[in-house]
Amino acid sequence: MLSLMIVDDSNIIRRKIERCNDSDKFQVVASAANGAQALQLYNETRPQVVTMDLTMPEMDGIACIQQLMAIDSGLRILVISALSDKATGIEALKKGARGFLCKPFTDEQLLEALTELTED
Amino acid sequence: MSQETLQVFIDGVVRYFHHTNDKEVKVGTPYLVENDNPAAYDVTGIIGISGPYRGCVYFTAPRILLKHLLLSIGELDTSNEHIFDLVGEVANTISGNARSRFGHEFMISVPVMIEGAPNQIHLPRQMRSYVIPVYWKAYHAAVVICLEQ
Repeated sequence: MLSLMIVDDSNIIRRKIERCNDSDKFQVVASAANGAQALQLYNETRPQVVTMDLTMPEMDGIACIQQLMAIDSGLRILVISALSDKATGIEALKKGARGFLCKPFTDEQLLEALTELTED
Repeated sequence: MSQETLQVFIDGVVRYFHHTNDKEVKVGTPYLVENDNPAAYDVTGIIGISGPYRGCVYFTAPRILLKHLLLSIGELDTSNEHIFDLVGEVANTISGNARSRFGHEFMISVPVMIEGAPNQIHLPRQMRSYVIPVYWKAYHAAVVICLEQ
């Protein structure tokens, strides 16, 4: 089972991701509302997988990915964002994210994206 | 504002509701309103826009629609906190999805959620806004576009 941290400024999105996780594959160990909180919770819980929103207050997702990758370059990060332009997706991948899922998403699309992320 | 620009936001609304359990949504004919009389329902989520386009995009809906929308995305907690969260998330998703057409220079803010209508801080008085009526289940809501290029 892989440990998962969810990062999104929307509580309903965090809860949606938590609900549709396949409990045989992932255990949610942390849930953060912005990048700064995510860094703190990462140090406390050391998750193996992270879902990351991009547009957040205090510290956005791109800055957070950069800092997390500096700590652990093997961390598997799935960006989940409404920002649907190619340049943003490419930037997130360049910073170290391994996948990109556009909002809105279905439970099936989320599970597929997380599964692909962990099969690399 | 061109029909093509408005269509980007119409497509965003339809896409959002198609990802809920009650996919059937209808969008009415867009119309212009003066900003001193803005369109608004009970709760509004506002996204500030900067870059080549400046202004805001907002989603406004009655509480009852938002309660049913929460249930339709599988969220059983229909508290006020989640109603505000949802109205902001819908506005964020529609605005963020517009970047597939306008590109990464279409900069969006984090959502601001308010009760009722946006005021002159959010909506410049000298501009007008396009209202896109949204019909979902038995309810009416709107996406409002106030942008200058």
